[in-house]
Amino acid sequence: MTPGSRSAGDRLTAQLAVSGVTLRYAAESGPVTAVDNVSFTIGKGERLVLLGPSGCGKSSLLRAVGGFLRPVSGEIRLDDAAVTGPGPDRMMVFQEFDQLLPWRTVAGNVEFALRRARHLSAAEARTVARDWIGRVGLSKFATAFPHTLSGGMKQRVAIARAFAVQPAILLMDEPFAALDALSRGRMQDELLALCQETGATTLFVTHAIDEALHVGTRILVLSANPGRVAAEYGVPEAAADRGAAQLAKLQADIQAVIFAGHGPMDDRDIAHA
Amino acid sequence: MPEQTLRHAALSERRVLALAPARRRLIILILLAAGWEACARWYDNSLLLPSFTQTISALLAAILNGELPSRTGASLEVLLVGYAIGILLAVVITAVAALSRWGESFLVLLTSMFNPLPAIALLPIALLWFGVGSASLIFVVVHAVLWPLTLSCHAGFRAVPQTLRMAGRNLGLSGSRYVFDILFPAALPSILSGLRLGWAFAWRTLIAAEMVFGASAASGGIGWYIFVNRAQLETANVFAGLLAVILIGLLVEALVFSTLSRLTVQRWGQEA
Ligand SMILES: Nc1ncnc2c1ncn2[C@@H]1O[C@H](COP(=O)(O)OP(=O)(O)O)[C@@H](O)[C@H]1O
Ligand SMILES: [Mg+2]
Repeated sequence: MTPGSRSAGDRLTAQLAVSGVTLRYAAESGPVTAVDNVSFTIGKGERLVLLGPSGCGKSSLLRAVGGFLRPVSGEIRLDDAAVTGPGPDRMMVFQEFDQLLPWRTVAGNVEFALRRARHLSAAEARTVARDWIGRVGLSKFATAFPHTLSGGMKQRVAIARAFAVQPAILLMDEPFAALDALSRGRMQDELLALCQETGATTLFVTHAIDEALHVGTRILVLSANPGRVAAEYGVPEAAADRGAAQLAKLQADIQAVIFAGHGPMDDRDIAHA
Repeated sequence: MPEQTLRHAALSERRVLALAPARRRLIILILLAAGWEACARWYDNSLLLPSFTQTISALLAAILNGELPSRTGASLEVLLVGYAIGILLAVVITAVAALSRWGESFLVLLTSMFNPLPAIALLPIALLWFGVGSASLIFVVVHAVLWPLTLSCHAGFRAVPQTLRMAGRNLGLSGSRYVFDILFPAALPSILSGLRLGWAFAWRTLIAAEMVFGASAASGGIGWYIFVNRAQLETANVFAGLLAVILIGLLVEALVFSTLSRLTVQRWGQEA
């Protein structure tokens, strides 16, 4: 599917259907099944979190949705069109800071994405980029090169770039995992605000239960070796329903599921929670 | 303010560190020149070993009478043409290699065959094919540039981080767009060092090739100038020619490559 084939009203609000997807890598010691027969759907405007210990195949699943990894079986459909390769209708935000082009400035990175992915003219790209850079609070750094920015600022640029392109769905792979706890909390709030403002359909990967509860509208807990769906939870959206007690109970439930499918040696994987 | 003092301390430390090697080198250079001068005066045979001052005055004379500048111009012209062709071919080969497995195998095989081969060794074949003239010189210069540059480009491509690749493909980039928008700029640190290496190889190869024959006596380059002056026993001019070769090499390094690197990879934080 080309991004142009989608009507403007569908932007940021697509539906994703992952059905029976199995992902395998050819490792030296033989094939490694990273994800086994996983199915889920994401409705328009939903924020689904893939939660699980490291190594359970979260990144692999996200890469498959991104079109970088072909399932050995099963199918991924975005708005009823099969995903066959990478494309700007599924913008990814990675954990790694080197996802920005080091030879372009903050504004240059966003403008480049707009020109290549949305085929905007230079002038249009400049306007849209300025808007999004302002919305992530980086107006003062528009002409800075990425290597002069902090980790949190780099992630803000990557997020601005992803939103600016107006993908059908946002794919985020532990975008805040490499940040310090303070920045992480603030970035979660800012991302949440942007998602709610735009109604963006989002697939968010994390290994931290608190982050999953904070960011998601729905949580899919994966078990490891190979990655399978262990449980699914809805997160109450309304502020009134997000009582501390209720969240604590949800957190305890999820923790129990993760521990059940996991040896005690792996406690460190969810130490963040 | 303590912060300011700290910054001052860091700055002055950096200045000392930056100036010290330059100052040391200058002192060594002066000592070498003095040693050369002393040796030559003691030996007292300007046919075999002209003194430093004789060489410098020969160099100035050759510059002022216009011979050395025109020789240098002839050499640089051939060099630039060969260098440009070499770069173009290297870009095409690495771009094709980035996009296809056959292309990559082709690149790996050719570079492993030709990189160890001194370009000057191809001169007899060049003479056979292109005759005595600048075409033969250009042919060997292209060889001197092409293989080391291709190797560095290729190594640079392979070192591009996976995340950056995915970020590029995510935007829908593929084919030559992907190669020129993502891979080439990302590999620039490695490409720049390939360009430096290629320049040094090309310069050496050209001087050597020119010594075997001048394009023609009237328009030969610095290599030819050195060769002819040796034949005429104008040893001071031979030394002046060698000095010119060294100075041009240093000048290009300092002016062209340092500037290029400062404007690009250093500015982008891709290199210290
Ligand atoms: N490129 C690869 N080659 C081989 N095995 C891989 C590769 N990438 C991931 N894996 C394996 O697949 C499994 C899932 O990895 P990943 O998707 O990165 O998990 P997560 O993101 O949840 O930490 C792990 O066992 C990992 O070792
Ligand atoms: Mg991961």
